[in-house]
Amino acid sequence: MQADWINALIGGAVIAVSVSIMLWGSGRVTGISGIVGGLLDPIPGDRSWRVSFLIGMVLGGLGLSLFYPQMYQGALDTPRWTQALAGLLVGFGTMMGSGCTSGHGVCGLSRLSPRSLVATLTFITSGVMAVAFFRAMGVFS
Amino acid sequence: MKNNLVAFVVGLIFAIGLGISGMTQPQKVVGFLDVFGDWDPTLVFVMGGAVVVHFFTYRLITKRSSPLFAKEWKIPTKTELTPSLIAGAFLFGVGWGLGGYCPGPALTSIPSLDIAPLLFVGFMLLGMFIFKKVDQILKIKK
Repeated sequence: MQADWINALIGGAVIAVSVSIMLWGSGRVTGISGIVGGLLDPIPGDRSWRVSFLIGMVLGGLGLSLFYPQMYQGALDTPRWTQALAGLLVGFGTMMGSGCTSGHGVCGLSRLSPRSLVATLTFITSGVMAVAFFRAMGVFS
Repeated sequence: MKNNLVAFVVGLIFAIGLGISGMTQPQKVVGFLDVFGDWDPTLVFVMGGAVVVHFFTYRLITKRSSPLFAKEWKIPTKTELTPSLIAGAFLFGVGWGLGGYCPGPALTSIPSLDIAPLLFVGFMLLGMFIFKKVDQILKIKK
């Protein structure tokens, strides 16, 4: 098996190819929270591409997992409420902050957007703080 | 129709990239954020690799006058640093660290049928819905 960092690098490059296709074909930024969140807005004619993206994403996960089941390893040994609270914070926060790891972290940083740089530094910092905090609280074993 | 096909293919490839990269393994994500504990910097290479490649492809692609299947570019143009940007990113990061998932990897993990990503995605949608309702009243984002 390849070293983890090589997989990380290859995965990152594959992600870059995918967001480049979105930009080239449709002129859009691939911000996943924005794509999902847009489904909650009642704008006619703006839903089908979002649904197509999500179907692709789920099928991509399913397809790869048949060859590479390790991709679904590494579940956290944490109580269920933590996943519910985490989802709630991620949903609320990405809508409030206009993006997530893909929109700000990949697409925004690539075009040197100052908003995305600030957002990315902020969510990595708060993520580091959260892990330290929840570890101290005994949430992570 | 063509834009739907583009979106489908992009979703497919993006998910494969996430799976290869390690981003769909919550323990790795928590390890990456565990700077003050047992830090595992591996995932730096995911964002790093993606940004280095897309830095160049972005410049190459936007030299065109328009995208292939759309009339115009739909690239965010805002530059203003707002309190909602920072507060929102902060809350997102807390959830990312607690759950070990950001939106893409959680959606990509749905086929695992594990309870964690399913619970996460369900509550993520709820969180998005709540923010949109709150914002309609309070106009947080203006």
